[in-house]
Amino acid sequence: MDVASFLEQCGIGITSGGFLGLIAVGYTLVYGTVGLIHFAHGDVVMLGGCLSLAILSFLVPLPVDPLTGCLVVVLAATCSGLFCGCLNVCIDQFVYRPLRNAPPLSPLVSTIGVSFVLMNVGLIWIGPTDRAFPEIFLESTRSVGGFSIAMADLLVLVIIVPPVLCLYLLFRQTRFGRSLRSIAAITRATARSGEAGKLVIAAFFISGFLGGVASVAAGVHATTINYQMGHQMGLYALTAAVLGGIGSVPGALVGGLIVGLIRAISVALLGPRWAIASVFLVLIIFLAFRPQGIFGKSKTRGGQR
Amino acid sequence: MRRIWFYPQKPASFRLIWSIVVCLTIGLNSFGCQKIESNRVCLVSSLPRTGVSRQVSDEVVRGIRLAIDEVKEKAGRFTLEYRDLDNSAAASGRWTSEGEAANARMAVQDPDVMAYIGTLNSGAARVSMPILNYADLLMVSPANTAVGLTKPGLGLPGEPNVYRPSGRLNYIRVVPADDLQGPLAADWAFERGVRRVFVIDDAGVYGRGVASLFADRCREQGMTVLDHVSIDPQAAEFKSFVGSVMSADPDLIYFGGSARTKGGQLARDLVSAESEAILLVSDGCRTEAFLEAAGAASLEGRCFATSAGLSPQQADCDEKLLFLRYRQKYGTCPSNGAIHGYEAARLVIRAIADVGQKDRRAIVESAFASQVDDGVLGQWSIDANGDTTLQEVSVSVVRDGKFVHEEVMSTADIGKKDGSR
Repeated sequence: MDVASFLEQCGIGITSGGFLGLIAVGYTLVYGTVGLIHFAHGDVVMLGGCLSLAILSFLVPLPVDPLTGCLVVVLAATCSGLFCGCLNVCIDQFVYRPLRNAPPLSPLVSTIGVSFVLMNVGLIWIGPTDRAFPEIFLESTRSVGGFSIAMADLLVLVIIVPPVLCLYLLFRQTRFGRSLRSIAAITRATARSGEAGKLVIAAFFISGFLGGVASVAAGVHATTINYQMGHQMGLYALTAAVLGGIGSVPGALVGGLIVGLIRAISVALLGPRWAIASVFLVLIIFLAFRPQGIFGKSKTRGGQR
Repeated sequence: MRRIWFYPQKPASFRLIWSIVVCLTIGLNSFGCQKIESNRVCLVSSLPRTGVSRQVSDEVVRGIRLAIDEVKEKAGRFTLEYRDLDNSAAASGRWTSEGEAANARMAVQDPDVMAYIGTLNSGAARVSMPILNYADLLMVSPANTAVGLTKPGLGLPGEPNVYRPSGRLNYIRVVPADDLQGPLAADWAFERGVRRVFVIDDAGVYGRGVASLFADRCREQGMTVLDHVSIDPQAAEFKSFVGSVMSADPDLIYFGGSARTKGGQLARDLVSAESEAILLVSDGCRTEAFLEAAGAASLEGRCFATSAGLSPQQADCDEKLLFLRYRQKYGTCPSNGAIHGYEAARLVIRAIADVGQKDRRAIVESAFASQVDDGVLGQWSIDANGDTTLQEVSVSVVRDGKFVHEEVMSTADIGKKDGSR
């Protein structure tokens, strides 16, 4: 692989890693608050993709200029984020909340059940085939400083960067964000009511919102969506969350970027069949040396988990 | 004790009499049904009725129904009943081994079932063939193309005998196998001046098989096979992979697979990367689902598809009776799937009518001996392996958002070229 190809693969990896990171933050937030791996999160993201497809198909039947395109996509991402946020809260309140004090396997199995239900909703909504995302821009590439940059990749960055900055401000600069981080110390039992309960709802909403935004980025990047996309995307994102240190928001973002890069480079070097195997091989080797992930805290050093 | 409405609280002798009456009623009723329905034969199809393949299955089923309607639901002295069985699961969106095996067992256990039309996927046929073979039930596929299902020495070790545990043949297919489609596609590419090919498949039975045969023939023709790579059909996109395809600078990119296994996404990513190579896909991609996923406009004039048998567009839509009837009933011309479904059903109906009794073995033998002179796609018969004698492959190109017939390749062309080299 020459330098130009390597840089190109890095670009693809960072783009896909960006939205995988946002989805991974969803996993990590939910795990950090209620100690649950929300396996249906990938399918919530898929439904967000279905909604954004409907919105974009309606608003952008034909390619438009870059500014209009960006505005429409931001609108679609916001709508999709709100939809997924509300959906996530509903899932928590109706399915997971009654199981807060149940044995750990019960909520785990229910998350898998919710995943299949959502997948079938997606099947009914968009049908069984791959559905093409509309072409947003008139031009597919733009030359910047001698480099040819895909407009779709630029658009993905436009979608991803603002939520990441908002997350940073939320967790670092607001009392609410600090409360959300500190809830990780609260047990599952106390998360059922009071202030902790509200924070759990907030965690599920933010998790869903980021997933909804990521779904638009994923659709723009892949240019198609289908009702099974949540499965593999969720798997990559969960891997990213674990790699970054489950429970750590910056860890999830960094983990997403690493997974995206490993995936892109392994596909280019070894072929598309080896992408998942390569990602998991790196995860296994890394966790053997650092089980808590990049930003996770070790139990033996007095960490929260 | 709770009172049950059909089991009155009476003395034991009354209960005994009541039980006998109930049993006799049910038994006689069943016997009566059998007697009334003795002239009924059942024909079942097992196809994926959900998921990406549903569209093709719908067309096959339309063809079958048309053939049954043509004979007014009669095959000789028998009344035909058709059951459209589903071998897929909604969650996976594809055929499942469990579904296919259950359909085959159901067909075997029903004494009225005399023929099994299916499957669409070669992998599914591998599941049901041994089950149906034990019962001597005629199986006619309108779509299976994997060579190992019928041809000794061309498939996996042990094929096709592993599908014939009884030692007798019961499987027929009305479409030519991949040993025709793959090599003829390579010949077509060679004729167009292609010299450097990049071969991709979906890692499935069908896709890998047809792509390997294509690659082998390319090497025989002296073309350079730059690489042969399998994709992950679960992947969301192939942007990283497309870069390595482009860097190899092929004249033609061949994909063996289907729309369900991401053929459309691969085509879309190739176009996005501004690949100028010709894209040639196998018949699994010759669907609307492929065009929708890939973006038909971007494939205009540069994406070609092969399909086994003659193209329906070669026949005049207004003159051929089938085409007229089909258009009257469904509003469109029949696709390849519909034609092969129709031909499969006609073969079965004729075999049942010729035998004139519910004898599964005799029906199988009658089907194998069939000589179709008035076939929609010409004259054909069944060879000793259960394959059609049709030896043509159609090549279509994307024009105006759909696949349009381009030309026909046949084994006769292979002979000519081999002789000339």
